[in-house]
Amino acid sequence: MEPILEVNKLSMDFGGLRALDAVDLDVKNGEIAALIGPNGAGKTTFFNCITGIYNPSGGDIYIAPPGKKNGNRPERINGIKPNHVTKKGMARTFQNIRLFGSMTVLENVMIGRHCRTRTGVAGAMLRLKSTVREEQDLVDFSYGILERMGLARFVNDLAKNLPYGAQRRLEIARALATEPFLLLLDEPAAGMNPQETRDLVDLIVRIRDDEKVSVMLIEHDMKLVMTLSDRIFVMDYGKKIAQGKPSEIKNDPVVIKAYLGEDVDA
Amino acid sequence: MMRIFSLEEIKKSFFTCLWFGFLTFPIMVVRVNTIEDVVEWRWNNLIIVVFGSFFLSFLWRYMIERKEAGRKKAESGEAEKKPLVRRIMDNPRIYRPLLAAVAIFVLSFPFLFSSYQTNIMTTALIYVMLGLGLNIVIGLAGLLDLGYVAFYAAGAYTYALLNYHFGLGFWTVLPLGAVVGAIMGILLGFPVLRLRGDYLAIVTLGFGEIIRLVMENWNEFSFGPSGIANIPRPGFFGMDLSLTAATNYIYYIMIGMVLITIFFVNRLQNSRIGRAWIALREDEIACQAMGIDKTKTKLTAFSLGATWAGMAGVIFAAKTTFINPASFTFLESAIILCIVVLGGMGSIVGVILGALVLILLPEYLRAFSDYRMVLFGATLVLMMVFRPQGLVSDVRRVYQFKGATEKGE
Repeated sequence: MEPILEVNKLSMDFGGLRALDAVDLDVKNGEIAALIGPNGAGKTTFFNCITGIYNPSGGDIYIAPPGKKNGNRPERINGIKPNHVTKKGMARTFQNIRLFGSMTVLENVMIGRHCRTRTGVAGAMLRLKSTVREEQDLVDFSYGILERMGLARFVNDLAKNLPYGAQRRLEIARALATEPFLLLLDEPAAGMNPQETRDLVDLIVRIRDDEKVSVMLIEHDMKLVMTLSDRIFVMDYGKKIAQGKPSEIKNDPVVIKAYLGEDVDA
Repeated sequence: MMRIFSLEEIKKSFFTCLWFGFLTFPIMVVRVNTIEDVVEWRWNNLIIVVFGSFFLSFLWRYMIERKEAGRKKAESGEAEKKPLVRRIMDNPRIYRPLLAAVAIFVLSFPFLFSSYQTNIMTTALIYVMLGLGLNIVIGLAGLLDLGYVAFYAAGAYTYALLNYHFGLGFWTVLPLGAVVGAIMGILLGFPVLRLRGDYLAIVTLGFGEIIRLVMENWNEFSFGPSGIANIPRPGFFGMDLSLTAATNYIYYIMIGMVLITIFFVNRLQNSRIGRAWIALREDEIACQAMGIDKTKTKLTAFSLGATWAGMAGVIFAAKTTFINPASFTFLESAIILCIVVLGGMGSIVGVILGALVLILLPEYLRAFSDYRMVLFGATLVLMMVFRPQGLVSDVRRVYQFKGATEKGE
């Protein structure tokens, strides 16, 4: 399997602080990759760098969207704007939910389609035939996503009035609406109860198998990470300290040290 | 509700009124008569202050409590009673006749009332248009623009100067005013793309003042503080209209313009562009992460908002036939901002109501004109405390689907 995201020696400095230190990482088509590490390890900074919210201080980020007709030449996306990253096919969710609270659930998903639709000011004001058709397609498409995400009954509710678990799912739905090839989830299970977490696991597997979207996630819930991921990357103090299959990571002494401290007494 | 009359509450109000009486004592009660060298004790005033503050503190806490109760109800999921305006708008059997009545009233207004009244109404309609324009920038895109009057001035001066130098007529300049407004909007938009919130407000405030000061001081260009007079009223197929007819004519033009504005703004806010604006207002980072070009979205908001101000400016110049920089002070920006905030950000009906209330009330309450600014301020403070969403809050469009109402997943 060829990688769809390849990150080489990615570094990010904030003044004198090196938040990311030469991180290498790759995600292959159709896999669920996890990025774990103690708090402050630089996981979210990593997401912010590859989605264009920060401009990395060093290193390269290449993407190679699968299923492109004219070959699969990797494209360097360092320092391009977040909206262009999304347009190229990497969509993300946020650690602290960032929904558009006073818009309806459906509209939130419709916003996700912004970069795949085209209506301009003139089209909106004159309501041309193409605009009306596009709008109808948009509503149908968005409703379809909501149905698959199990959010259809909330369709006209305001996003801020949704229960917590549904808000998390709506963020995923909104990101899926951008038709990504890679979905980046920043702590999707944070604050969820065990039942909601189990639903989330099913949802992520469905996203990979039915929607054909690869997933990379940051998560602290080890049970979720171990059951879901094909490969795990571990970070600590801005460096990648380990990578491998869940079984390998579980027994890696470096990882255990990072999580539990220097002296490990069984 | 009767909890308010508990001993605790009475005690609170009692101390409030004591404190208030004490604070106002030197001003309200003691008066030194310097001519006769005696001190006058006006105990009546003390009684008024004490009883007044006692009563008002009760009222204040009662209102706060009511508001809290309403919010708790909303949070606990109990269906909130639909606001009056919303109920009217949701029921075609009520709003259709109501709309027809309003339409008839509006159309026959010049025949029912004097041309003085028509003039005031025209002014109010200009503010409706300005409010709807600013509503795009503030209400939808969430960009606090305190220099909106600059675009209004740009429109007015466009007509005045083009007419003075080249003799262009009203109908030729009206679209030009829109274009000038849009260009000015983009010019202001570029430098402030990175700013938001307070910083944006300060820069736009400065922009508004710069435009006014330039107009005031650049005598060769804008004739300075003496302004430009004898601006022709709108032509009506080359006919000479009497003053009354011209007043009525501008009134009808303004009605038409407001309708066009409502039509387009309504379409815009339920379109891809409008949703992008609201997303930008809600969360800038998430909005970008969802693939929305922040730069483009902000610039379209600024320029489309300014377009309406530019056109309103042209009509204003044609209506008053005289303009000078004094008509475009910061106070105008503040009033338009108040219209949007008071009416309800993002709500078209709200903005129309806000404009009518804020412009017409002072006109008809001239008897209280001494207290105008006090009432103005007090109204806004009370609105912000008790109804921050404005007179009519924005309601998002509802889509219908088969099976969407089914419960369960």
